[in-house]
Amino acid sequence: MASLTAPPPQAGTKRPRSSAQEHQVSAPVPDFGADSDDDVEDVARGKGGDEGGTPSSMIVQFATLEGENKGPQIDVPLGSTVLQMEELMNQLLENKDKVPYTFYVNDAEVMETLEQTVSELAVSTEAVLRVSYQPLAVFRVRPVTRCTSTMPGHTEAVLHVNYSPDGTMLASGGGDMTVRFWDVQTSLPRFTCRGHRHHVLCTAWAPNGKRFASADRKGEIRLWDPSKGVQQGQPLSAHKQWVTSLAWEPLHRNSAGERLASSSKDALIKIWNTRTGRCEVTLSGHADSVEKIIWGGEGLLYSASRDRTIKVWNVEGEGRKLGILVRTLVGHGHRVNTLALSCEAALRTGPFGKEECALKAVSKFTPEEAQAVALERYNLARGGEPERLVSGSDDFTLFLWNPVDGKKPLARLTGHQQPVNHLAFSPDGRRFASASFDKKVKVWDGRTGTFLATLNGHVSAVYQVAWSADSRLLVSASKDSTVKLWEMVALKRAKATLPGHADEVYALDWSPDGSAVASGSKDRTIKIWAH
Amino acid sequence: MPQHEYMEAHKKRHGERMDRAEKRRKKDAREVHKRSEFAQKVHGIRAKLYQRKRFKEKATMRKTIAMHQERTNKHANDDAVPDGAVPAYLLDREGVSRAKVLSNTVKQKRKEKAGKWDVPIPKVKPVADDEMFKVLRSGKRKNKAWKRMVTKVTFVGEGFTRKAPKYERFIRPTGLRFKKAHVTHPELKATFHLDILGVKKNPSSPLYTQLGVMTKGTVIEVNVSDLGLVTQSGKVVWGKYAQVTNSPELDGCINAVLLV
Repeated sequence: MASLTAPPPQAGTKRPRSSAQEHQVSAPVPDFGADSDDDVEDVARGKGGDEGGTPSSMIVQFATLEGENKGPQIDVPLGSTVLQMEELMNQLLENKDKVPYTFYVNDAEVMETLEQTVSELAVSTEAVLRVSYQPLAVFRVRPVTRCTSTMPGHTEAVLHVNYSPDGTMLASGGGDMTVRFWDVQTSLPRFTCRGHRHHVLCTAWAPNGKRFASADRKGEIRLWDPSKGVQQGQPLSAHKQWVTSLAWEPLHRNSAGERLASSSKDALIKIWNTRTGRCEVTLSGHADSVEKIIWGGEGLLYSASRDRTIKVWNVEGEGRKLGILVRTLVGHGHRVNTLALSCEAALRTGPFGKEECALKAVSKFTPEEAQAVALERYNLARGGEPERLVSGSDDFTLFLWNPVDGKKPLARLTGHQQPVNHLAFSPDGRRFASASFDKKVKVWDGRTGTFLATLNGHVSAVYQVAWSADSRLLVSASKDSTVKLWEMVALKRAKATLPGHADEVYALDWSPDGSAVASGSKDRTIKIWAH
Repeated sequence: MPQHEYMEAHKKRHGERMDRAEKRRKKDAREVHKRSEFAQKVHGIRAKLYQRKRFKEKATMRKTIAMHQERTNKHANDDAVPDGAVPAYLLDREGVSRAKVLSNTVKQKRKEKAGKWDVPIPKVKPVADDEMFKVLRSGKRKNKAWKRMVTKVTFVGEGFTRKAPKYERFIRPTGLRFKKAHVTHPELKATFHLDILGVKKNPSSPLYTQLGVMTKGTVIEVNVSDLGLVTQSGKVVWGKYAQVTNSPELDGCINAVLLV
C-alpha cells in the first residue's frame, strides 16, 4: 500500500510506470489500488475522460460514518462505480473476506458513479472529497417469491404473527382467543394455547426466547412457555381496557429477561415482573390511549400516545427512580400511532443471529454469556451513536428524534397523505420505511430523515412493513389482500407481488434469519412465503 | 297458647267449615275488585294515603318477584366475544370500512359460464317490440315503414357513429343515451356513480342486448376500478356486472345494484 500514501500532484494524467514500482503489490498508477483492476481502470478512465472542465479524478479521503478517517488520501477516478470503490475499500482496510460497502458524499448516497454524485451535489472538484463508507450485510437474504405453505387453524382473523428471536418458532394470536405456536421447519401447528377470553391483540417473545406474552382485548396478559405450550402463572390483569402493545426488557440490560412492559387504551403503562407476576410500577402520565411502547437499549422506555406526545421513561433503578418521566417529546399535531427504534432488530433478536454463533451454542449460553453477546450486538447495531426514534402519526407526518439526548426533533418528515400506521427501521439502521393508509410505503434515510423513495403499488391501505435481515428487501402487507416485496436498489416497482390471501392482511413478520416471511390475514390463515 | 288467639284455639278444638278453602279463594278473587272499587271511589286525603300505601305494596311485590326470578333470569352475556376481530391499530378507527373483499373471481366466472346470474330482480316484465320501437315512416310518400326508433334508454359504445340513413334500421336517440349509472354496492350500502362499460344481457330479447337497450332488470357491466376491489390474485377488479333496478326511460337516470 506504499504507493497509496502519496497522492499524485496532478490528477488524471497518466504517469509512465517505472520499473522500480512494478514489483509492488499495488499498482503505481494512482487511479486504483490493485494490479488486478486493469480493466476496471480502463473503464473508469474511458468514462471520466477530459469532458468539458470536469477532471477525470479527484482526491478522496475515505472515512467512517462517525467521521474517523481511514487510509490515506487517494486519487480516485470520478468514473469509478460503487463496486469499484468497494474493491478499493476492501484493499485499504485489508479485509480478508470481501465486505460490501455503501458510500456517502455529504450524506448523499453514491448510487452509480462518483462523478454523478459529485455533479449532482455540485461539490468542488478542487478540494479533497470526503467519502464516508458504511459496511453492508455480508450475507444476502433471498427474496421471497412464492407461498410455501398455508396454515389454517385459527377460526377467526389472525391479528398478530411473530417469529421467535432464534427464528425456529412462529407464534400467532387471533380473534378466536387462541395463541398458536407453529413449527417453522414443517409448517405444522405445535401448540394451541387457550385461555384468553377476548381477541388476542398483541404478542411478544422474550429476547431470550424462553417466555412468550400475549395480551387480549379484555386487558389481560398471559404468559406462555413456548417449549411446552402451557400457561405460566396467573394472567396479569390490571388494565381496564385493551392492551395495545407489549415490550420486553432487552437482554443486554438484564440477563434474566423477565421484565415486561404493557401499554393499554386506559392510558397507563405497566411494568411487570413475569417471574413473580407482580406489577412493578405503573407509568401514568399520558392523557389518552397509549398506542405503542418500545423498550430501548439505554434503559429507557418510549411510549407514543393519542394525546399527541411521546414520553420517555426511566425504567431502571430501584424505588422512586424507577418509572421517572425523563422527557416528553412534543411535536405531533394528532395522535401518535407508531414508533420505531434504530436498533430494534438487535434488541429483538438479542444474542441470536450473530454470524459466528450457531443456534445450538446460543441455547447453551449461560444468561451472562448471552447478555454479553447481546450487548456486543447492540453496540454494533448502534454504531457509536445514540439510538434514534421515529414516530408516525395521524397528522400524516413523521418525526425523527434523538430521545436519549434531547427533546428537539432531528427532522419532521412530510409526504404522506393519510395517517401513518406502521414504521420499521432496517436492521442496519440506515433506512426506515413507513406504511400509511394512503396506499403508499415511503422509505427514508435512517440517519437524517431524508426522503428516499415512495413505493407505489398497493391499491388499498398499507397495514404493515417488515425488513429482511440484510436490509436489502422490504415486504409490505395491505388491506388489498396482497403482500408486496420491494428491493432497495430498484424502488420504482414491487419486485414481486405475493397474492393468495382472500382478505385483508393484518399481520406480517420476516423471520430473523431471513428464510421466510409470515403473513396473517382476516381470511383466518397464515401464509409462509419463501424463496 | 296466648289468650287472644281464640280463633286458632277454636279451629283446633272444632276444626274448620268444610267449604272454608272455597270461601277463602272466592274472597281473594273478589279482593282485587273490591280494592279497585274503593280506589276509584275514594278522593281527598284518603285517596292520597291509599295510593301511597298501594305504591309501597306494589314495590315490595316487584322486589319479591325479582328475588324469586333471580335464578332463572336471563343475563346479558358478558363473556360473549364479538365477531370481526381487528388488530389493535384498527381498533377505534372511525371511517375504516370493514367490508369484505367481495370480488371472487371463481364465483364470477362460474356465473358467466352458466349464462345467468343470481340477480336481485329475477323476473322482469317482457317488453314487447311495439313498446320498444316506434315505427318511422320514410320515403318520399312516407309509405315505407322499415325504420325503427328505440323508445328506451340505450348505451352506445365509445366512438359510436351512426350508420348512413339508408342502412340505419334502428335509431337510438341521443337524448336517451346514457354513459353512467348509479350503482349500489349491496354490502357496503353505498352508491357510486360509475361508467357503463356495456350491456351484458337484456332479459327481454337478445336483439335488445345487441342494441344496448337498458330496461328494468337488464344486466350491465360497470367500471368499478374506483372502488378498489381486488381479486384473489391481487389484481384490481375493473369490470363488474350490475342489474338495473329502475325504469330508466321514466326516471331519467339509471339505478343499478352490483352483483357480488
